[in-house]
Amino acid sequence: MGEEVKLFAVWGSPFSRRVEMALKLKGVEYEYIEVDLQNKSDLLLKYNPVHKKIPVLVHNGKPIAESVVILEYIDETWKGFPLLPKDPYQRAMARFWAKFIEEKCMPALFKCAGTEDREKAVEEACELLKLLENELEDKKFFGGENIGFVDIVADFIGGYWLRDIQEIVGVKILTRENLPKLCEWSDEFVNHVVIKENLPPRDKLIAYFRTRFGPKP
Amino acid sequence: MAEVTLLGFWPSPFVYRVIWALKLKGVEYEYVEEDVVYNKSDRLLEYNPVHKKVPVLVHAGKPIAESAVILEYIEETWPHNPLLPKDPHQRALARFWTKFGEDKSIALCTFFITEGEEQVKATKEAQENLRILEEHGLGNKKFFGGDEIGMADFEFGWLNLWLPVMEQIAGVKVMEAESFPRLHAWIQRFKELPTIKQNLPDHSAMLTYFKDRRAFFLASAKS
Repeated sequence: MGEEVKLFAVWGSPFSRRVEMALKLKGVEYEYIEVDLQNKSDLLLKYNPVHKKIPVLVHNGKPIAESVVILEYIDETWKGFPLLPKDPYQRAMARFWAKFIEEKCMPALFKCAGTEDREKAVEEACELLKLLENELEDKKFFGGENIGFVDIVADFIGGYWLRDIQEIVGVKILTRENLPKLCEWSDEFVNHVVIKENLPPRDKLIAYFRTRFGPKP
Repeated sequence: MAEVTLLGFWPSPFVYRVIWALKLKGVEYEYVEEDVVYNKSDRLLEYNPVHKKVPVLVHAGKPIAESAVILEYIEETWPHNPLLPKDPHQRALARFWTKFGEDKSIALCTFFITEGEEQVKATKEAQENLRILEEHGLGNKKFFGGDEIGMADFEFGWLNLWLPVMEQIAGVKVMEAESFPRLHAWIQRFKELPTIKQNLPDHSAMLTYFKDRRAFFLASAKS
């Protein structure tokens, strides 16, 4: 089948990495296009006029924006390695937790890297992550024995982004004392055979975070 | 206990999305009113411990929260009279616009809980988002879902009654017919659909409720 799959992405973005992880897990070939966010191309603006952001997946010329929407599309289009479970109730639970991560955890975690009321922000983030950890229970991944939809949406938490930002900013959120099960899950996540090949280069990420969040000279 | 129960709150547009979906698909359900403002029930706190909000759909004893998640579940469990198209790209667009509605809900409603300069600014922001919705989301289609209503139409269904009520109480016109002709035409079509027409909250009760709410928000902002 003449498939043409392009992905507009940014090397360090957890949002576009979600899409790459899904494509790689399913063995889908795609063309990667790095976007300069300071200088967005006409093509990106054409494919995502509403938000002008990455990621954008373009499949046979048709664009789709918003990483979680793209994940659902990928799961419906390429059937190998399903990301969502089969059972409708389990699917609802996966979507619920993905929404929780996206709408509650992510903004709370970004607030921790800001300078306003950091202590309160950290407390709130820890409470939210505790709820997420409770959902994990004793599972290896949110998806069960293998990685699934929620694990991918939680990539910012499971991958190196959160641990490196919290160290550079000097806050304690995801620690073994606070969140032992979530830490264990994040170790499994970064060591997963496909995920580990699809995380941004760690030293480049740390250097970027130092510039963005580190103490100013 | 009924096979399908919906925990709701009568003025909530989020709850109405679920009601419209269940009615469209002819799913029998028991409706349970929750006093979410003053007295949340133990049952609600048990079924939605994370957010403690409505709507919550309970099917065969299993609870599901978050209206967008509930709609996807309803769609998968009762597939007739579909809310999503068959084509994967069209489905992605429906989900994109549903998400747009969720993400912009605060921006679209801030005019209601503000006054003076802040309200002017909030109204402009709401209008920018409505412009994007009209131009890119609806375009020249009959409904957001195309020829038939779908998930995205339910997402923006609040524009047909809740928005005019809020505009009246807050004393601002956010979505003028001349400025948003296509959205207005869509609203006329939407509210004539039997599923919608027969399932809307009482208009005067809404005016009373929203008048109280605006007073509450403005007072909280001052304290």
